Amino acid sequence: MAAAVLKRLALTVVVLGALWGLWESYRALWVWTGWTWPFVVDDLTMPHMHEIVSRLWQPAARGGPPLIRPLLSNAAFTAKEAVVGFALGAVIGFAIGVVLHHSQLLRRGFLPYVVASQTVPILAIAPMVVIWLGGKGLPVWVPVSVIAAYLTFFPVTINTLRGLDSADPRRLELMRSYAASRWRVLRSLKFPSALPYVFAALKVSATASVVGAIIGELPSSIADGLGGAILNFNQYYSLDPSALWATNLVAAALGLVFFGVIVLVERLVVRAAPEHVA
Amino acid sequence: MTGTEHAPAAVSIAGVSKVFERGGTHALEGIDLDVEPGEFVSFIGPSGCGKSTLLRIVGDLIQPTAGSVLVGGKSAHQARLDRDYGMVFQEAVLYDWRTVAKNIALPLELLGWDRRRRQQRVQEMLDLVELTGFDRHHPWQLSGGMQMRVAIARALSFDPKLLLMDEPFGALDEMTRERLNLELLRIWDAAGSTVLFVTHSISEAVFLSTRVVVMSPRPGRVAGVVPIDLPRARTADTREEPRFFELVTEVRELLRGRAGLDEAGAVSEEVA
Repeated sequence: MAAAVLKRLALTVVVLGALWGLWESYRALWVWTGWTWPFVVDDLTMPHMHEIVSRLWQPAARGGPPLIRPLLSNAAFTAKEAVVGFALGAVIGFAIGVVLHHSQLLRRGFLPYVVASQTVPILAIAPMVVIWLGGKGLPVWVPVSVIAAYLTFFPVTINTLRGLDSADPRRLELMRSYAASRWRVLRSLKFPSALPYVFAALKVSATASVVGAIIGELPSSIADGLGGAILNFNQYYSLDPSALWATNLVAAALGLVFFGVIVLVERLVVRAAPEHVA
Repeated sequence: MTGTEHAPAAVSIAGVSKVFERGGTHALEGIDLDVEPGEFVSFIGPSGCGKSTLLRIVGDLIQPTAGSVLVGGKSAHQARLDRDYGMVFQEAVLYDWRTVAKNIALPLELLGWDRRRRQQRVQEMLDLVELTGFDRHHPWQLSGGMQMRVAIARALSFDPKLLLMDEPFGALDEMTRERLNLELLRIWDAAGSTVLFVTHSISEAVFLSTRVVVMSPRPGRVAGVVPIDLPRARTADTREEPRFFELVTEVRELLRGRAGLDEAGAVSEEVA
């Protein structure tokens, strides 16, 4: 057990080291040869990795706390929006999947619009959501959660549908021989059959909800989240490029945490044959 | 219900025909058969003779094109709604995410048995199929023969009036198969239910049954019925008795003879 954890840890270190090496050798090669394609490489376009990481421990502003402190509180704020959005999107997505599974008519009628909803760019929807839900006495971050939910529900709907359809016909026949009710078939057969599919979608949605939350913050002019920080450091990029890169690192880490939580929950919930856990 | 001195037949099949709309396959033609309560009736025939189709019609999983099926005096549909059927398929069809105990308890949950009663019955069933102590295992941790025993335990757990078995041992090796044959007979004796059993093994059919129904291929018809007059208590030695061989030969002759005699000149290629 301890050996397995150690092995896993060593692997992570090796992979991170390799990525670090790739970044730095690309940088060194381009600087040394003076190549300008696809872009000029210098301290502004590609700061040293150690500068990006160490930037986290330098003051955010002159005389202020280290950058990581405000970034972590930004991340916590964005995480709250993303969690609420993810939960909302997952529940709604699952419900739509279950309803569409039970009605061929609804499936044929509505599925194209569900798909179409995802081809509308999130940036075009976000301002309207903010206007619709703004000034209703709701906390300012609620529209952001709704935008995150909008990105979350789609994979869940599609995979729920696929998962419910995947129930083994022989197992369905067995249920039929017991004259099982529709609800019983759903509960005892179709939900468990769909779980691996649903979790595959939840993994995609978990990271999408973080992206949705960050993007949703921009038109809402919310400054407390990672979106606000990105917007802010974007303006000072020519002076302090490492700050924006450091913010991106934190955003990526948040996405990873979300993904990891879903994997953990999957391990606990899906107790089927080992090969069923993807 | 009938009010006569006779209880209604366990299964009464009258004039059942089946033509599958898709592809127009004529699977069954004019099947008539009565099965008395407590009988063990095997259906044997070449592949494509519609024996599995017939079993599914009796189980109300598919509808006949013509004819009717009564189960204990009720329509097959009503019998299914009354949970009169215990079904065992060619494969065990267990639910991977459930433990052995929970697989066996599945029909009991549907019937609304409370937890204590379920647990008690599961233990009895595990003892019956000699899987005591495997209750917490998952299906994928068991061998094929053990999985099949779980499927049988599940089918018997709620005391169904009629056990429908569709080539349950077809995928198993010969030794496991013969052992499970003996176990099935012991279980059948203990449970006292009626069994309809589909197989393509002549010796299995003769060994298990009180009657063997021999079917001819497409469209499936009853080519003959062979009563098995072996003593009811059967052992591994039964397979060595002269009478056993005589009956096996009789079934084989029926299977073979029918192919040449098919009406309408439709000589079947399947029985070689």
